Amino acid sequence: MDRVLLAHGGGGSLTKQLIRGMVVSRFGNPALAPLSDSALLELPPGKTAFTTDSYVVKPLRFRGGDIGRLAVSGTVNDLAMAGAKPLYISLALILEEGLPLDDLAAILDSAKATAGEAGVTVVCGDTKAVERGAADGLFINTSGIGVIPEGVSVAMERAAPGDAVLINGPIGDHGVAILSAREGLSFETPVSSDVAPLNGLVVAILAAGGEAIHALRDPTRGGLGMVACEVAEACCHDIELDEAEIPVRPEVRGACDLLGLDPLYVANEGKLVVVCAEGVASAVLTAMRAHPLGRSAAPIGRVLEGAKGRVTLRTAIGGRRVVDPPYGEQLPRIC
Amino acid sequence: MNSDPQARGSRLAARGFVPELLRLIAERAARLAPRAVRFMEVCGTHTMAMFRSGIRAMLPPNVRLLSGPGCPVCVTPMGMVDAAIEIARRPGVCLATFGDMVRVPGSRTSLERAKAEGADVQMVYSPLDALKLAEAEPGRTVVFFAIGFETTTPAVAATVAYARDRGLRNMLFLAANKVIPPAMEAILAGGEVKLDGFLCPGHVSVITGSAIYEPLAAKYHAPCVVTGFEAEDILEGIAMLLLQVVEAAPKVEIQYKRWVHREGNAKARERVAEVFRPCDAAWRGLGTIPMSGLELRPELRGHDALQVLGIQVPPELENPGCSCGEVLRGLIEPPECSLFASRCTPATPVGPCMVSTEGSCAAYYKYGER
Repeated sequence: MDRVLLAHGGGGSLTKQLIRGMVVSRFGNPALAPLSDSALLELPPGKTAFTTDSYVVKPLRFRGGDIGRLAVSGTVNDLAMAGAKPLYISLALILEEGLPLDDLAAILDSAKATAGEAGVTVVCGDTKAVERGAADGLFINTSGIGVIPEGVSVAMERAAPGDAVLINGPIGDHGVAILSAREGLSFETPVSSDVAPLNGLVVAILAAGGEAIHALRDPTRGGLGMVACEVAEACCHDIELDEAEIPVRPEVRGACDLLGLDPLYVANEGKLVVVCAEGVASAVLTAMRAHPLGRSAAPIGRVLEGAKGRVTLRTAIGGRRVVDPPYGEQLPRIC
Repeated sequence: MNSDPQARGSRLAARGFVPELLRLIAERAARLAPRAVRFMEVCGTHTMAMFRSGIRAMLPPNVRLLSGPGCPVCVTPMGMVDAAIEIARRPGVCLATFGDMVRVPGSRTSLERAKAEGADVQMVYSPLDALKLAEAEPGRTVVFFAIGFETTTPAVAATVAYARDRGLRNMLFLAANKVIPPAMEAILAGGEVKLDGFLCPGHVSVITGSAIYEPLAAKYHAPCVVTGFEAEDILEGIAMLLLQVVEAAPKVEIQYKRWVHREGNAKARERVAEVFRPCDAAWRGLGTIPMSGLELRPELRGHDALQVLGIQVPPELENPGCSCGEVLRGLIEPPECSLFASRCTPATPVGPCMVSTEGSCAAYYKYGER
């Protein structure tokens, strides 16, 4: 089996061979093809959104996805949550000596398919190799550029009392899928990661709600609980969530019970939280449910008048508790 | 109509009929008023479940719940943590344990910090994961730092037996396993806190059976209800305890009938007795309680990390100012500790009760009003 050698990152002919054979052959496009120092891009009018993220998930491949799909979706989603139409992304690979080239090929295939799904073009990249033990198979960094169309203005600060809080489906799938796949964890839960690019769903949401869409957030690390706290803090109003309305798959709930995790804080990679004016909530929900990534969208809470910026949860049995930001990651290397 | 309140309660719980259970609780508490009653939930899983569902705030003002010594991470003495750190620092030795244990501060540092400094610490979800490490690398000594009560000890026992049967000489155990009933008795016998009953741990009782609490009910007149972990279970358990107090008829009852019987799981207990024997054990906050711990049987000393590696467990110590001991005895609630939410937070824990997902300080911090 062919494996990554240190020389693959050395900048010489082996590097070129790897880039041409594995990267350009997949992602080839006019901006990438010259392989010069910088990609030259034309941007449509509008405010530019720019984001970057590194991916260190362990294991590299898991039920429902892999680090390639994650690296493209994560950056696309960060752009989409700003209301931007994602256009271009970069793809930088840090390869550990010894990584099977077949694994790398499968991951790049997956990244390519995801980029196609999201309609983004990979326009630049980088490849480095580090000695065995200095990385864990493969780390990926992606940066992305998108443009915010005229009339779109989403920001956490815009969340206002009376707004509805919606989510596009069940929470906790990604975190539990990673845990299930992790070496050393001796139970199997047939849960697939929800990792997916959400920009298509965001287009549908913005079309249905227009300027009444106040905020969009993807609850990745830290989960729904963290995102709710961040929105409440940013807009300086309280948020109330209804536990009974928050979708959680029974198998995810079961796994969380076993491991002592709270699904509210478990990572997602294909979920988004919408904060919108109550008046458009039902139209937005209808639009979300018409999209493949929003079939089980649900209203899960509301923004309340209040200066503390606190989040409370109405529990399924009618109790009430505070939702605090998590103090660390529940699990390391989830994305 | 079935008029047996317990059977009636069970049906209600099965239907998730929370308002009806709350009404029963209110009615029984009203019959006791102005007397205030205090129940102890022994198990950390109960503590967490109650906070998650907001039960404490839904109870009548004269019904109070105190958290007990049922979080295995929290009651593990600091000396054992220090011993684990010393083991992890030995060259060629890997210390495997549960995630929460890694963050508990010892007298000078934690396993988490020792790991960052180069000690070999592996987080595992089950003792079998530690066994896999030992099987994969015969040249590396793997020490499983075992904590836990009756619920999880059978899995540790099975792992010890496997290591013995396969002659895995590189698989060692730092055993800090404990049994719950002696700690409950120590709290009653100590008399520092007046209790009107115990919500007994559901999972522990699956193994021990409910009969194990009968001496407590008989000797100390303490109502005991073995309770499950759903919100409805807990509410029903509280309703049953209140009825025992109203009727002044302390006894052992089982709310968690789906899983718990009077006799428990004799086979699991046999597996435990095959490799462990009872010993006196130090509990954080409670001191040394006779016959409340488990140690490897003498013929298994070849798998006992303390013996094989020649490690002494330092005597009992506490971090200055830390009131985990008082919290574990039910003497104070976490916010009454002077360090709570100031010097001691989940990010910078001083005591184990702030670390563990089942610790009462962590539960108060995470879910309570501050």
